[in-house]
Parts: sequence; C-alpha cells; structure tokens
Amino acid sequence: MTLSPLQSLFPNIDDWGELGRACIDTLLMLGGSLTLTVLIGLPLGVLLYLTGKGQLRAMPRLYGSISLLVNVLRSVPFIILMIVLMPVTYALVGTKLGVRGAIPPLVIGAAPFFARLVETALREVQKGVIEAAQAMGASTWQIVRHVLLPEARAGIAAGITVTAIALVGYTAMGGAIGSGGLGDLAYRYGYLSYESDYMVVTVALLVVLVQLLQMLGDRIVARYKRH
Amino acid sequence: MPVIRFLDVHKSYRVDGKDIPALQPFSLDIVDGEVFGIIGHSGAGKSTLIRLINLLERPSGGRILIGDTEMTALPEPALRAQRRRIGMIFQHFNLLASQTVADNVAFPLRLAGERDAAKIRARVAELLARVGLDEHAGKYPSQLSGGQKQRVGIARALANRPEILLCDEATSALDPQTTASVLDLLAAINRELKLTIVLITHEMDVVRRICDRVAVLDAGRIVESGTVADVFLHPRHATTRRFVAEALPEEAATAQAPAVVGRVMRLTFRGATTLQPVLSRVMREHGVDFNLLAGRIDRIKDLPYGQLTLTLDGAGSDAALAALRQAGIEIEEVAA
Repeated sequence: MTLSPLQSLFPNIDDWGELGRACIDTLLMLGGSLTLTVLIGLPLGVLLYLTGKGQLRAMPRLYGSISLLVNVLRSVPFIILMIVLMPVTYALVGTKLGVRGAIPPLVIGAAPFFARLVETALREVQKGVIEAAQAMGASTWQIVRHVLLPEARAGIAAGITVTAIALVGYTAMGGAIGSGGLGDLAYRYGYLSYESDYMVVTVALLVVLVQLLQMLGDRIVARYKRH
Repeated sequence: MPVIRFLDVHKSYRVDGKDIPALQPFSLDIVDGEVFGIIGHSGAGKSTLIRLINLLERPSGGRILIGDTEMTALPEPALRAQRRRIGMIFQHFNLLASQTVADNVAFPLRLAGERDAAKIRARVAELLARVGLDEHAGKYPSQLSGGQKQRVGIARALANRPEILLCDEATSALDPQTTASVLDLLAAINRELKLTIVLITHEMDVVRRICDRVAVLDAGRIVESGTVADVFLHPRHATTRRFVAEALPEEAATAQAPAVVGRVMRLTFRGATTLQPVLSRVMREHGVDFNLLAGRIDRIKDLPYGQLTLTLDGAGSDAALAALRQAGIEIEEVAA
C-alpha cells in the first residue's frame, strides 16, 4: 500500500474511514439540527416579537412565559442540558446515542437561542413600514409573511449563521456522551488515548467547517443587505 | 357632502396608569373632493388626528364616519377592507427596502387578494406612469432620491383606487424644489381623480399651495378652521398668526417700521380685484396720499391675492377707505 501525503503527515491515524464517517455524522447532526432549529426557532422568534411590549399582538403574560422558558433553556450549559434531556430524547427518537440521539438536545438547546436572534432581527424592521402595511389593510399574518420576514431577512440569515456555528460546537460536546461525530473522535482518541494526530485533524476539520459556514452566511447577508 | 366625519371625538393615551390627553373633544367634517390641511407644531396632536381616520389610532370616545360607514363600529376584518379605500403616504416614505419599486406598488394589490400577474403588471405600469417613474420599476428604494421615493409612496397609495388620501407630513423630509413638485402631483391627483386629500404639516406654505380648507391644531385643540384664504389672510389665533408669519417673514418686519405718520391700514385683495388698478383709482379720486410699508402679491392655491400695509394721510382718507370697501377690498387698521 502506498502512503498518501496525509497518511505520512499523520502516521498514527490508522483508520481514515472512521474519520470520514465521523465527518459525515457531524454534518448530519448539523444539518438535521439546524433545519429543525430554524423550523422551531423562527416561529418562536416571531411569536416573541409579536407578543412583546408595544408590538402588534402585545400579550405581556404570554411574552413573559415564553421569554422565561427561552432564558431557562439558554442558561443551562449544553452538556448538562444533554444529560438532563436524555429521557426526553429517548421518548422522542428511541435512542440516546448516535446522530439520532443527538438531534433533540441540539434543537432544544439551539432553538431558543435562534428565536432570540430572530426577535432582535425583527425589531430592527422600521415601525413605519409595518404601519404602512396596516394602513393598506394587511392582517397580522400578512405583515409577518410579506413585511417582517422579507425586511429582516439579512438579520435572520446572520442569525442562522451564528446558530449553525454554535451548533458545530454543541455537536462536538455531544461527542463526550456518545453522540458520535468529530467531537467523539477527538474526545476518545485525542483526549482519552493521547493520540494527538486525531486531535489535530478533527480540530482542523472543525475550523474548516466553521470557516465555510461563516463565509457562506456572510455572502448571503451581503446579498440581502445590498438593497 | 362630508366624506369624513368626526363626531365628538377625543383621544387620550394611558401612560403609567395616567390618562394623557392628546386630542380634546372635537367635531369636524371633511368634504368630498377637497384638500383639507391640518397644521400644528410637533406634539399638537396632528399625527394622532390623521391616524384616527383609518383607525391606526382608536379614539377614546366619539364616532368616526367614512361616507356612511361608521369606522369605529367595525370588526377587524371589515376595518381592514375599509382601509383599502383610504391610501396613506408618510414623511419617511415607509417603502419595503427588500422589494423593487414595482413590487412596492403591487404590494397593496396583492394584499387585497389580486392574483392575476398580468393585471398587476398593467396596473403597476399605469401607476408608475402617473407619478412619472416608469423607468424606475426595477430599482430598489435605496437607489432612489427622496422625491422619487415619495412618488413611489403615492403610486402605492393609489393602487387600490382609494377615495381618500392621507398625507402624513409627506413633504417634510424633502427639499423645497422637490416639495413643490410633490405638491403639484398631489394637487393634480386631487383634480383628476376627484380624490379627497387630508394632509398634516407644520408648514403654512404647504397649506397655502394646495389646501382648500385648514384646521389649526394647538395643544390637542382645533383653535381655528376655515377656508385657507380666510385663515391665511385674517388669522385670529396666536398660533395661526405665528404660522402665517413663518410663511411671510417680511410681514413681521412691518411692526418695526420707523416713524410712521398717519393711520396704518392693511388692505387685502382677493381674486379679480387683485388684478385691477382699484387702489390708484380710488386714491386719485379722493386726493389721498399713501405710503406703502409692506406688501405681497401671491396665490393661495388658485386664488390670486394681494395684501398691502400702508399709511394714509389727507382729508379724504375715510371716504377713500369706504370706496375701497365698496370695491370689495378687506380693510383692517393695524396698530402702528
């Protein structure tokens, strides 16, 4: 067998296939949890915005309750949240391990965070534009759909970028308690077995992943911001 | 016929458990097809007043009627349908930054449930041509000047063929030249579409150029109202006088005219008499000398007017003044 440059650079990595599978697991966890986070966090953010003080559907009690829940979920460190949520995870997806077992805690950890970013982005939309839509006879739903979300899309895109990068970090932490992926590899080989080659390669891969996400996000934000 | 009626309407805001009055009880009729101006300083309540018409602000009491519809009695969905009969433009234009000019103008059509893309396209083209922006359909608001943005706002407000157009300080963010062209456009729309326009402003000059009637708002109270010519030429309330003086800065200087001999009179000519040599004829016939202190000749909307402040000297003064009154000239004595 001929040695590839990578193999000569990191001689102590004996199973590149395992590294590849870990990469795919991380991407699956990221993709799955980011999709669900946006699907849950976006409406939650809109709800937070609408029910906030002085807004279109101001409901102080409802806002207070959602706000409290969001703050509680955000204040629990992710690694703890994962452990606490294990019974919930098991009930939802039938396992606490692997990619499937990682997704529920990732989503529950990231959705409130993303919802806050959405709320902030929506607050940046000029009040006057909303008033103009009301004057045209728009319903609250039409205002959300046709005014708030399009006008705040740059801010929401930036929020998705930040959330995606936070999720990369969360998936790596999940590795510590059996969710697989690059974090798991770094933890088992790099930390428990002192195999620094694994550590270097996984960290490098995570850095590349975060860089790519940031660049992609910045590009989308810049395009939306042009107008 | 009144198209907008305020019946004993008042409005207060609740701040920290206390009611802060914004508008004292008032009744007001705005007539079909007129341009009605509401002038006031900031905080006088004019932006609250204009928002009562489409119920962006709910009155604390009283009734508001548009035509035969009592707006204050409508449930939410019916109110939204009524709002489509009332266009509105704003000081800061309030266009959707993420949409093109054409999509901004199409927005109210889509909100009203229009799905036919060809129909929308045709109506948008017609509206943009009306406001002189046909070449800018594909641009975004950030690529337009202030005057162009307000034209987009006007096209958008007209999209659903409203009967009423509300203008919320529509020219306050524009330079004088652009203001003039936007006011000309509004006047043309009022003439051609027989649209009732209600505008709020803090500039008497806007009122003078395009309004038929005006109400002066001071600290939540309508202190004076009437035709623009009456209010502008013979302001009674101190606030109105200040607004008029702002529009006619040289008039204020009259009071400081040095060493005036004789009686100081203000003569107001309206309409046809402005264009005739009445003054020189009467003065010659009665052998009276006069000295001009201040004056201007201008237009209030389409009405030519002249207002001259002069001193009179001579035995025939009283007879001359009587003859001038006879000729339809309004005369007031001004304290020297």
